[in-house]
Amino acid sequence: MQALLDQMMKDGAFAGVPREVVYAIAMVLSAVVVLSVFVAPLAGVTSWLERRVWARMQSRVGPNRVGPQGILQWLADGIKNIMKEDIIPTAADQKLFPLAPYIVFMGFLCAFVVIPFGADLIVADLNIGILYLLAVTSLVVVGILMAGWSSNNKWSLLGGMRSAAQIVSYEIPAGLSVLTIVFLAGTLSMQGIIKAQGWGPWDWFMFHNPFTFCAFFLFFTAALAEGNRTPFDIPEAESELVAGYVTEYSGMRFLFFFFAEWGNLYVIGAVATTLFMGGWQVPPVTDNPVLLAILQFVTFFLKAYFWVFVAMWIRATLPRVRVDQLMSLCWKYMVPLSFICLLGTIGFMFISDQGQRIVGALTLGFAIATVINFFRRVGFQFRAAKPELYWRPHI
Amino acid sequence: MGVVASYIRDIKDTVSSTFEGMSITFSHLMRRPMTIQYPDKIPVPIQETLPHRYRGILEVDLDICTGCLACERDCPITCITIGIDMNKETKQRYFTHFDIDVCKCMYCGICSESCPTGAIRHSTEFEGASYNPAGLVRHFAPQAANLYKPKKGGETEPKLITKVEIGQAYMDEFATPDGGAAEEK
Repeated sequence: MQALLDQMMKDGAFAGVPREVVYAIAMVLSAVVVLSVFVAPLAGVTSWLERRVWARMQSRVGPNRVGPQGILQWLADGIKNIMKEDIIPTAADQKLFPLAPYIVFMGFLCAFVVIPFGADLIVADLNIGILYLLAVTSLVVVGILMAGWSSNNKWSLLGGMRSAAQIVSYEIPAGLSVLTIVFLAGTLSMQGIIKAQGWGPWDWFMFHNPFTFCAFFLFFTAALAEGNRTPFDIPEAESELVAGYVTEYSGMRFLFFFFAEWGNLYVIGAVATTLFMGGWQVPPVTDNPVLLAILQFVTFFLKAYFWVFVAMWIRATLPRVRVDQLMSLCWKYMVPLSFICLLGTIGFMFISDQGQRIVGALTLGFAIATVINFFRRVGFQFRAAKPELYWRPHI
Repeated sequence: MGVVASYIRDIKDTVSSTFEGMSITFSHLMRRPMTIQYPDKIPVPIQETLPHRYRGILEVDLDICTGCLACERDCPITCITIGIDMNKETKQRYFTHFDIDVCKCMYCGICSESCPTGAIRHSTEFEGASYNPAGLVRHFAPQAANLYKPKKGGETEPKLITKVEIGQAYMDEFATPDGGAAEEK
């Protein structure tokens, strides 16, 4: 991006305009393009897909009326929400209340700066990429707490406080799990971490050793908790808190919270892919740079979206945990386990290369066996627990 | 040791139960949905898929109604109102109105049990949407209609024979206090 701008300025474009202004305009423009072309449809389609997947797992049909199979449902919902009245309660804090959704949204959108979609498709390859990402996603907690407090509502405040406690707690296992990968890769840069891996599963950090394999699941669970996803969605638990911190919001501002939530799912998937699953690494099949970039983008997107799907799947499977269970899960189980994973990985790095390859292969074998066993269980459930269709066999 | 063992067991239980639960939900993703897309995308009309003894909105076959007012008297919430008048010259009695307020009806079926000819009975209709409560009052005698008089030795008029038979069949099958269970035994 910067190289392109420098080249254009050297060729005489934007004559007389200061360098910094050109950079600033380019940044704003690229942000707008990323937001409107990629993030908005992505969050929207994710919301539709989540409702569909969730419905099918509950033996329902789900939204399928707007567009083919209901794929434009998100547009209808978005337009409806934007046209609704934007209510700011009289008792609410008049400055913080309207501002909170944008802080939440900013926290999630800033994460897209360091997400590598391909070898060259990255907004900025910061040398502290993953640290920056952990930092900006923590900005979400500020927005949520702001929304909870400024609403001047008991449910909202409780939701905001719960969310703050939850995000701060789960930062620790998430950070420690990330640290195992940082140790292995020797860099904080997102591109550097991906380049330290290979295209095959045997070169991914996930199957590097048993400890990183565990760290992956710890990271994914902690990331789900940070994204306020079921089973950790106690800040907006509708059975107890109406809608938590979004109770008083309506119309467009309400939309922004959920935009951020569904967009955040993709960020979770993308970070998991970058750290543990080889990112955009593809086998060397072509020399054409455009084709290679497309291939890398597709690879990365599919890997990241698989974890988005898993998050939906978990949402359809697990019930919501209680607040004390949430905290005990974090502090009594995930924090010690992530420390063990970190120390184990450090110890593992002293083993010879040959030994590392063998243990990595064994981990990969274990993972493959787990997946095969999983599908055998699915087949068993399908055969054994098939419900009888009562007096209506034709649906 | 017990504490450590239970700690490890907790972790094992969490992992294994999540694993099993996710296999169950995944198997459901592969199955056909149990719900149908009412009201348009259905292979057969919904009325035909209703259970055998479904109690829908009441219907009255006025051609075989004797005007005995048993249903009006037996209705616990008086949702049936019947008006009967007599022609002074021909001594022919006729209905002035026969209204059932579906808003009030609680689908108990007592009216159909007390009906001697099976004229009043539950249909399979259930779609009672209306813009105002008055639209839910069903008028079965829009104009004056004569009462039915059962003939000794069975009905002879061909138009009425089938209607009487339908009413009789309904009474035999449903309009008994036990819902026809005794006869099935």
